[in-house]
Amino acid sequence: MASKKNININLKVWRQKNAKAAGSMESYKLDNVSTDSSFLEMMDQLNEQLVAEKKEPIAFDHDCREGICGMCSMYINGRAHGPDTGITTCQLHMRMFNDGDTIFVEPWRSKAFPVIKDLVVDRSAFDRIQQAGGFVSVNTSGNTIDANTIPVPKADADKAFEAAACIGCGACVATCKNGSAMLFVGAKVSQYALLPQGKVEATERVLNMVRQMDEEGFGNCTNTGACEIECPKGISLENIARMNREYLKASLIK
Amino acid sequence: MKLDSKIPEGHISEKWTNHKNHLKLVAPNNRPKIDVIVVGTGLAGASAAASLGEMGYNVKAFCFQDSPRRAHSIAAQGGVNAAKNYQNDGDSVYRLFYDTIKGGDYRAREANVHRLAEVSGNIIDQCVAQGVPFAREYGGLLDNRSFGGTQVQRTFYAAGQTGQQLLLGAYSALSRQIGLGRVKMYNRHEMLDLVKVDGKARGIIARNLITGEIERHSAHAVIIASGGYGNVYFLSTNAMGSNVTAAWKIHKQGALFANPCFVQIHPTCIPVHGTNQSKLTLMSESLRNSGRIWVPKKKEDAEAIRAGKLKPTQIAEEDRDYFLERRYPAFGNLVPRDVASRAAKERCDAGYGIEANDTNEGVYLDFSTEIQNKGKQAAYAKGNHNPTPEEITTLGKAWLEEKYGNLFTMYQKITDENPYETPMKIYPAVHYTMGGVWVDYNLQSTIPGCFVAGEANFSDHGANRLGASALMQGLADGYFVLPYTVSNYLADEIRTGKISTDSPEFAEAEKRVMDQINFFLNNKGTKSVDYFHKKLGLIMWNKVGMGRNAQGLTEAITEIAQLKEDFYKDVYVPGNNDEMNPELEKALRVADFLELGQLMAMDALQRNESCGGHFREEYQDAEGETLRDDENFAFVGAWEYQGEDINKEIMHKEELKYEFIKIAARNYK
Amino acid sequence: MAKSALLKSSLAKKYWMALTGLFLCLFLAGHLAGNLQLIFGDALQFNKYALFMTTNPAVKLLSYLTYISIIFHAIDGIMLAIQNKKARPVAYAMNNPSGNSSFASRNMAVLGTVILVFIATHMVNFWAKMHFSQMPLQKTTIEFQGMKNDFYITTDGGYVPVNDPAYVIKNKTEIYDANVNLKIKDAYKDLHKITFDFFRDAKWGLPFTIFYVLSMIVLAFHLLHGFQSAFQSLGINNKFTPAIKLFGKLFAIIVPLLFAIIPLYIHFTK
Repeated sequence: MASKKNININLKVWRQKNAKAAGSMESYKLDNVSTDSSFLEMMDQLNEQLVAEKKEPIAFDHDCREGICGMCSMYINGRAHGPDTGITTCQLHMRMFNDGDTIFVEPWRSKAFPVIKDLVVDRSAFDRIQQAGGFVSVNTSGNTIDANTIPVPKADADKAFEAAACIGCGACVATCKNGSAMLFVGAKVSQYALLPQGKVEATERVLNMVRQMDEEGFGNCTNTGACEIECPKGISLENIARMNREYLKASLIK
Repeated sequence: MKLDSKIPEGHISEKWTNHKNHLKLVAPNNRPKIDVIVVGTGLAGASAAASLGEMGYNVKAFCFQDSPRRAHSIAAQGGVNAAKNYQNDGDSVYRLFYDTIKGGDYRAREANVHRLAEVSGNIIDQCVAQGVPFAREYGGLLDNRSFGGTQVQRTFYAAGQTGQQLLLGAYSALSRQIGLGRVKMYNRHEMLDLVKVDGKARGIIARNLITGEIERHSAHAVIIASGGYGNVYFLSTNAMGSNVTAAWKIHKQGALFANPCFVQIHPTCIPVHGTNQSKLTLMSESLRNSGRIWVPKKKEDAEAIRAGKLKPTQIAEEDRDYFLERRYPAFGNLVPRDVASRAAKERCDAGYGIEANDTNEGVYLDFSTEIQNKGKQAAYAKGNHNPTPEEITTLGKAWLEEKYGNLFTMYQKITDENPYETPMKIYPAVHYTMGGVWVDYNLQSTIPGCFVAGEANFSDHGANRLGASALMQGLADGYFVLPYTVSNYLADEIRTGKISTDSPEFAEAEKRVMDQINFFLNNKGTKSVDYFHKKLGLIMWNKVGMGRNAQGLTEAITEIAQLKEDFYKDVYVPGNNDEMNPELEKALRVADFLELGQLMAMDALQRNESCGGHFREEYQDAEGETLRDDENFAFVGAWEYQGEDINKEIMHKEELKYEFIKIAARNYK
Repeated sequence: MAKSALLKSSLAKKYWMALTGLFLCLFLAGHLAGNLQLIFGDALQFNKYALFMTTNPAVKLLSYLTYISIIFHAIDGIMLAIQNKKARPVAYAMNNPSGNSSFASRNMAVLGTVILVFIATHMVNFWAKMHFSQMPLQKTTIEFQGMKNDFYITTDGGYVPVNDPAYVIKNKTEIYDANVNLKIKDAYKDLHKITFDFFRDAKWGLPFTIFYVLSMIVLAFHLLHGFQSAFQSLGINNKFTPAIKLFGKLFAIIVPLLFAIIPLYIHFTK
């Protein structure tokens, strides 16, 4: 059974006025945090306390708070999305912490994800990678062929879905010691490479998406596997391998 | 004002085809001369922006999130309906049309709903062509599941993440157009006002949420696809940022707001745990296929459970009240959402709630029966005809895990309770808003050139939305309706030329926005924005929530007006405008929620009937079922803004005529 | 496009790392097989092997490939490491990477650098001597009629007396007839003796033995991640992956272990 209790915690949070300003870790004390609260509810509570003290609250990205939009993005105690696996920051609960703990909260750190303010970073690099080729070039007329015209083996469809489950939160980049985006790109490349609808453009897609990824300043993959472990959706390294295959194939024929 | 819904003549099944055939077109060479603004990038917004960009218009798309992919359509779990009849169980366009009208408790427009059903099949074709990985059967063809309120299997799905997959499909189409330079994307921008020139929508004022810069954007047409307003309740299944501002700002500029009181309360959410809670988490409706909903029969048991002295597993079978099965033997635990929600509230109000929170609001969703049934089946399937109870339980749990594993894990992460061992605790929560900006058949609001799509408009779901229909509507509006109807409007704009943002109208709109921002930043208040938002939420939940009555609504109207006054007097917004300022963003949104909340109460008060999600306690039968009044209330209540005082808003009626469906009482018994 | 993509892109760098890395694994296996003769074979056998390895044209080709691989693997690795460093200009104040990745996988560049230093040392110790300096030649003592005499063993299986003025050594290994200045035979470079002397040196034998053993531990960690990682980089991640991972682990432990036993054996059996 859930044991309801309140804990007092210390926080060390990255504060940075804007993209150009220098930032620093600041210390805060927060009492009476319910262990049933989510981590972001704890942050809300801290912000309410700051507003009451007429201090500026901490800016952080968040939206759906149910682990699917991919907006929340905190590096907590040295781990992307904190000390639990298979979840986003918004699904992390305070019962993972103990009374008196000091919790470090930092933004995603990557050259390709510059800090905008406090814990908010700019992840539009992911959008640009998607724009470079993360689509099937089909017009939206609805007058395509009937959805059941091309059967897709269930195993392929399931794998494509598992790859497509990526929420684009950037935890893979944040946690990778190389700041590599290959899990994200690999997942997108895989989703389309596994489906007959995506195969037509597979060559162009993988070349363009990888080129854009490199231009954005992400690091390289050294197969540490950290991304797979921290990914809230459990996206598999198989997707990076598939991208490697696709790219090798593409660069040999193109 | 006479409301003209512009429903085309002819038989229901030919209206849309005929209408499309006679809509005006814009030639490809003229399209690049025309600008279109799309606000919101959920299913409706992203699909509209992608489609219009693809046609050749200059599209500017806006979203407040850091990426268009994060719009809250992404959180839809269950599925998307389409009348494909792949399962050969008698589905058809007509049946989808009929189920949607009936599910909406006969408060939706026939012609719109029929069009929705007609294009539903195209949605699936389109999404598959885009590479949306729907669930498939072993033969490689698409799989379907059934959903509440229907008798056919027409719901296409991608595990419990259908909304995500459909949105990412639309986002990929949008990304393609952004990459091609046909859509210019403005992430982290919030629309704060509509600019009208000569009565037509000609642009918006938007705030860059990173720099605080107030920007003017002009266009020949503006499409609002900014979603629903469930966050007026503070606690809802909506995303934290979901807001009514875009829709409300066009309302203030003259667009009528229809049926604001029609709100859907979803029965299976995780109950509120404490005062710091920010959001309610949905547990998919599909769980009701396997779970049985109950509360203790004896009040003292409920009290003991709340006090932590009893565990639900200690309550004997005969002391449990499976109230849905008791009240609705035919549909049992699978009654529509509004019915299930009200029944849970009725039990909790009567003192049988089991959650140990301030309001005791919570009921059990119990999987133990299913564990036994499926466990036995599984044992038999393995050839074990004398399974031990332990074997049955193990196999039953394995079955549950395969089917709902991710949901059970999510529940356990949030509540720290193991739903395989102890029943889930659930309670209804605000989920979807059927009401919205009034639009005609072309999805145009009462402001020429201002179109509204998706959850932001009122058009398709009447007083209650069926599961898996929201995704269908969003994509239908964006992919298959707006490209035609917006072009029809734009056909008269090919000679207009570029619209200047230097006109007095833009200056005036910008000043309105700046004045409001400056007011908040300079206000010498003492309370945070959330303080007021939570208060508003409580009033709304208690008096304009699942059960409403004239007295409560009258009180709510006064209380909200008073709260609004307090808000302007005492709110404190830190920081400046020229920076990222989340508190300021919230203040601007809550200001609009306060006005909308009051209008919702007024709308609920005028509607002296119970229908769908709108339950007026005065209008129920002896068994507590809704009593609709088709004679007096078969209309859309569309409200016209009359200035600061919301009480002065005027309601216009659009009569609902049912020509092709016989209006009848909804019965799920 | 293809050309530049296969040289410049991030993925191409991974392919080259993988290919060169796997080739070097093959080299390691071969090198180990040869070196084990230091324990299980006699001096002649080892020196024959050494001669073969330095003169056979096919082996030469392979050795050049090995040199290129080492250089490429090192340069590519350094470039990757620099790029990766740049991808995160601001470090985390608090980082807990052991929660999600292995020590070896995070430290390939450091491990690789240590190995590079080792390779350089190792080549100076043996390879350079073998190639460039005047090596001792393999001798044997034959007792004939109660007299012990030293002979060079020649590559044709013959014996040439040491310290016999009739013969002179030219070009390091060539035995000339001193009278007619004609090359008559080749002797074996005694790499075996060099190796044994090296690890048994009174002053430096122990430190070098320790250095070699430590280097092999580093190599083990490098291989522990590198072997299976190469397959992933080349896009091979399928039902064979668990087997590849297991083989990689065994390879990473067994090969460096056997390598490490050689100096230990030599040093401690004097």
